Amino acid sequence: MNRTWIAACFLAAAAARPVSAAPNAAEIVERSQQAFYYPGGDMRARISMDLITSGGQKRSRVLTMLRKNGRGGEQKYFLFFHEPGDVRRTAFLVWKYPERDDDRWIFIPAINAVRRIAASDSRSSFVGSDFSYEDVSGRDLGADVHSLLREEKLGDADCYVIESKPKEPADYTRKLSWVDKATFLPRKEEYYDAQNQLARLFTADAIADVVQGEGRKTYPTVVRRTMKNVKSGHRTEVRFAGVAYELGLGEDVFTERALQSPPARWIQQ
Amino acid sequence: MKWQVAVLLALATSLPGGAARAEEASSTALSLHGFLLAETAARTTGQRPPGGDGGDFVLAEERLRLELTGGAGGAQLLVKGEAAHDAIGKEVAVDLREAYVAHAIGPADLRLGRLIVTWGVGDLFFINDVFPKDWESFFSGRPLEYLKVGVDGVQVRFSTPVVDAELLAIPFFTPDTLPSASRFSSFFPYAGVPGQREELPPARFSNTELAARLYRHVAGFDVSLYASRGYWRMPSIRLDDPVAPSTATRFYPELSTYGASLQRNLLAGTLSVEAGYYDSRSDRRGTDPTIPNSQWRFLAGYQRELRPDFTAGLQVYGELMSSYGAYRSSLPPGAPLQDELRGVISLRLTRLLDYQAWRLSLFVAYSPTDEDYFVQPEVAYKVTDALSVRAGANVLGGRHDWTFFGQFARNDDVFLAGRLDF
Repeated sequence: MNRTWIAACFLAAAAARPVSAAPNAAEIVERSQQAFYYPGGDMRARISMDLITSGGQKRSRVLTMLRKNGRGGEQKYFLFFHEPGDVRRTAFLVWKYPERDDDRWIFIPAINAVRRIAASDSRSSFVGSDFSYEDVSGRDLGADVHSLLREEKLGDADCYVIESKPKEPADYTRKLSWVDKATFLPRKEEYYDAQNQLARLFTADAIADVVQGEGRKTYPTVVRRTMKNVKSGHRTEVRFAGVAYELGLGEDVFTERALQSPPARWIQQ
Repeated sequence: MKWQVAVLLALATSLPGGAARAEEASSTALSLHGFLLAETAARTTGQRPPGGDGGDFVLAEERLRLELTGGAGGAQLLVKGEAAHDAIGKEVAVDLREAYVAHAIGPADLRLGRLIVTWGVGDLFFINDVFPKDWESFFSGRPLEYLKVGVDGVQVRFSTPVVDAELLAIPFFTPDTLPSASRFSSFFPYAGVPGQREELPPARFSNTELAARLYRHVAGFDVSLYASRGYWRMPSIRLDDPVAPSTATRFYPELSTYGASLQRNLLAGTLSVEAGYYDSRSDRRGTDPTIPNSQWRFLAGYQRELRPDFTAGLQVYGELMSSYGAYRSSLPPGAPLQDELRGVISLRLTRLLDYQAWRLSLFVAYSPTDEDYFVQPEVAYKVTDALSVRAGANVLGGRHDWTFFGQFARNDDVFLAGRLDF
C-alpha cells in the first residue's frame, strides 16, 4: 500500500463520521485540559494574583511560571516569586506525573536551601489563594465521571456544558463546566458542595490569542481568571502577562541547579 | 572579618566576564529590598544568669536589613547587610550576613564571598550540614534564617547530566555562636577560671576547610554524598592546669565528615534518611577527654500533609560515639558521663489558616537518652503583604543540667516580633 492510499483511507473514515455528532464528554474534557494546561511544548508567563476578601482587603503574589511538557502527560514547572517581600526569590520546582505523586522542591533563599516537599494534598490552597494545587496543574481525567448535559451560549461563546462527578470523595460533589466549542478553554466552572450548593465559581474573564512559534501558531490563552469562594465572598483574581509559547526551554531550567541559580534570562521582571 | 569578604569580593569582580554564556550576557537592574525587624524575647523563669546584662530580657532589638541584587555580563551580585540596635547592650552592630559575586561559565557556577550554605535533609538536626550555626539567635527566638551563619570562601558547582558536584573552600574559620553567658544560663563548668581565651585555627592555606557534595536524582530518589575536612564548630576546652587552672582555652579540634542522604516520595509524603561519620582527627583513639570522640550520626524523617494546609513531620535522630570505652576510662573524675548513644525524636506540626495568613507551628524534640526536651510553639500572622507579626516560646528542660537542651532549662522564654518588608 502506498502512502496516498493510506491517507485516503483515513480521510474516508473521517468523512464517514457524522459531522454534526458532538464528541463525547470525556473527549471534550480531555481536549479542554490540553487547551488549558498543555498548550505549546513550553510556556512562560508572569502571573499576578490578587487575593481579595469579601471586605475588599487585598494581598498580592507575583511570580514567573515556566512550564515544559514531557512525554505521556508529564510536565515540569518552575515557579519564581517576585512578590511579596517575605517570599521574594523563593522558587518551586514541580515534576508532575499523571499517575503518581508529583516530585516537588522548594528553594528557600534566606538559607540557600533546596528542600523536597511532600506532594501536597491536591485540594490544598495554592500559595494561599482560592485556587487549589489541582486547579493550577489539572486533575486526572479519570478521577471524575463526565457527562455532556447540553450545549448553550455563554455570552458570545458556544459552549458544551459538562457535568463532572468525582469517583472518590473530593472537595466538590459536582462540577459544571462551560467549555468553549471554538477554543476548548473553560469559560466558567461551578463547583457544588455536598449540599448541592454552589461553593466555588471559576470564570475566564479574558482570553487572548497568543501567536508564537515557527508556524506562527495561535494559542488562545486565558489571561484573566477569577476563582471565587461563593460562601465566604473571598476571591482570587489572576492576570497572566508576557505569555509566550515555544521558547525552547531546556531541561536545565527544571533542575536543582536552576533552583539555586535561577535562569535570569527567563525570570527577569 | 570584613576585610576578608572585601578581598574575596574584589577577587570575584576582577573575573573575566567575557566567558559568560551568551544568553546571560544581559545585565539585570540593581534591585534593593529589605525589611525592618523589631524583636523582643523575655525569660519566663525569672532565673537571671549571674552578671547578666538584660535582666529578664534575652533579646530587645531593631534590625534593618538591606538586600542588594543585580547582575552584569554574566556575573550576579548579592549583598545582604544588616544594622541592628541592641537595646539591652545599648549598641549598634553592623553585620554582613551574605555577600557574594556569582559567575556562570558553562556547566560551572562559581560563588565568591560570604556564603550561606545549607546541606542535608533534617529539620533542625544537622549531620552533613557542617556549616556554622548561631544557637543564640535560635534560642532567643530570632527568625529561623538566623540559625545559619555565612562562611567566607568560594563555592564551585558543576552540573552535568550524570551528577551535580558542589565544592566549597573556606579559608577563614567561623565557629558556632553559642548562647552568651550574659544572656543565657548554660553548662560551662570553667566559668570561674580567671583567664578565658579562644584559639581559632589560623587562616593558613593548609587550614582551609573543604566540603564537597555530589547530588543526583535517580529513580525517584534525591541522592547526595558528602565529605568535609575542617574543624568542630562547637568549642572544646583546654585548661593550662587541671587542678588549679588559671586559663581556659576554647579551641576547635580537627574534624572530617563523610555522609549521605536520601529523599523520596512515599505514601503521599516525603521520606528523608541521612547518615554521617564524624572523624575526630585530633583524637582518633578517643583517649583525650577534651576532644569529642568520633561518632556516627543518623536521621530518619517522614513528613506528610494530613489534611489540606496541615502538615506533620516526624524525625528520629541519633549520635553514636565511637571508642566509648576509651571515652569512659579517660573521663576526669566528676565530669558528667554521656551515654554511648544520644537519641532524639521530634515532631513538627504546621497549620495554615485563613488563606495562609495565619501559620501555627509546634516543634517538639525529646531525647530519651539525655532525658531532655525542647518545645517551640509559634504563631505568625501576615497583617498585610508587607507587615507580619510573630509570637512564640522556647521551653527547654531535662533531668541533667549538662545535656544539650537540659542546660538551658533556666532560659524558657517568650518572644514577639514584627517585620515590615520593603
